[in-house]
Amino acid sequence: MSDLAIELDGVGKTYPYFTLDKIDLELPRGQIMGLIGPNGAGKSTTIRIMLGLVHQDYGDVRVLGHRMPAEQVAAKWDIGFASEDMRLYEGMTLEWHMNFIRSIYPSWDAPYAQVLLKRFGLRAEQKIKGLSHGQRVKATLLLVLARRPKLLVLDEPTTGLDPVARHEVLRELTAVMTDEGRSVLFSSHNTQDVEQISDRITFIDRGRIIDSMDKEAYLDRWRRFRLEVPFGIELPALPGIIGIRRDGRLAVATSNAFAPDMANAYESTGARVKSIETMTLEEIFVANVERSREEVEA
Amino acid sequence: MNGGFVISQTDKRPIYLQIMEQIKQRIAVGDWTEGRPIPSIRQLAVDLQVSVITVKRAYLELEREGVIVTQQGKGSQVAANPGLGTRLQEEELEKHLAQAARLADLLGMRPKELEERLREAGDRRLEKEGEQV
Repeated sequence: MSDLAIELDGVGKTYPYFTLDKIDLELPRGQIMGLIGPNGAGKSTTIRIMLGLVHQDYGDVRVLGHRMPAEQVAAKWDIGFASEDMRLYEGMTLEWHMNFIRSIYPSWDAPYAQVLLKRFGLRAEQKIKGLSHGQRVKATLLLVLARRPKLLVLDEPTTGLDPVARHEVLRELTAVMTDEGRSVLFSSHNTQDVEQISDRITFIDRGRIIDSMDKEAYLDRWRRFRLEVPFGIELPALPGIIGIRRDGRLAVATSNAFAPDMANAYESTGARVKSIETMTLEEIFVANVERSREEVEA
Repeated sequence: MNGGFVISQTDKRPIYLQIMEQIKQRIAVGDWTEGRPIPSIRQLAVDLQVSVITVKRAYLELEREGVIVTQQGKGSQVAANPGLGTRLQEEELEKHLAQAARLADLLGMRPKELEERLREAGDRRLEKEGEQV
């Protein structure tokens, strides 16, 4: 058995208005990966290729050791997938759905399903058509979580949830990590969720992977320098600095390859380093997208 | 459960630093004593709802600082390290001094003036203690 839960090697797919370009991605078993990127970046397409729901034009996809899409039937026993556009039967109760999933998947954990019902504040006897948006999202997650799949793939699992429900969902996702053999991949616009619970971060923009790496190492590479620059002095273009904003004597420089000696390099030009700040994933997200947009325009 | 750990979203420091600080606090106040086993990385990650890699990073840094020791297969425990209380206070002082330097800078104060103000603060403190005695 491979120690990778997900492995994408040079995967691509071309649509009339969108191209997914040479995607390489690895998720080791026992880890949580957060997939982030702006709207229309290719997150959902990438997820659907992993699941065999969309067939790639080229490249290799392995999920839990199964080649996709060829071996998707075998793979699906161990994969739990939930997305916003998942349809439940409107006229049936949640309990009916639970029994239905249980009849298909032997791994169904009935006591855990009861625990989740309570935690998510859902009632089994309620029909789907009477559920709010947030309740539907939670019902879908319950049906997937209670199967205890080896790999959970969740497309925007916290979108549209109130803060309490969001915390409940994040709690269940991190609880999955008690078992070292299980893995989670989720996409989100909520960078705070991704920053909090992911071991790895994959950043997609316009069909390309910009970064895919260990979260701690990733956050550690980014810094913001606040500088005081005397008039008449030009700030040098240091390698690893991706943007400088200057207003009079004050300047802010952003680095995506931080090294402590950058501060010395600035000081030696006559500038003064007032502070060096770490950045949140949200700030990194915006800086990264802005930069890649500028590259295209240039 | 490790319910007392609280990760703050308004704290601008990375999460691993917050975890390190909260472990050090438990040791400094004497709740976690020498040789006490500390939660496994996975367990603490699940309890705090943060990623395994973040807790791992916090533990690695704590090990490097000599605050905890990790034995293969046995997990981690609080190191034999009686000086920790003092060292934490040293770090605290360092933080406040950095903050004072920053504010002085904003006020356009020269280092000499800041020195003078610090001396005055010390004198005031001594006077107060004198009154109490």
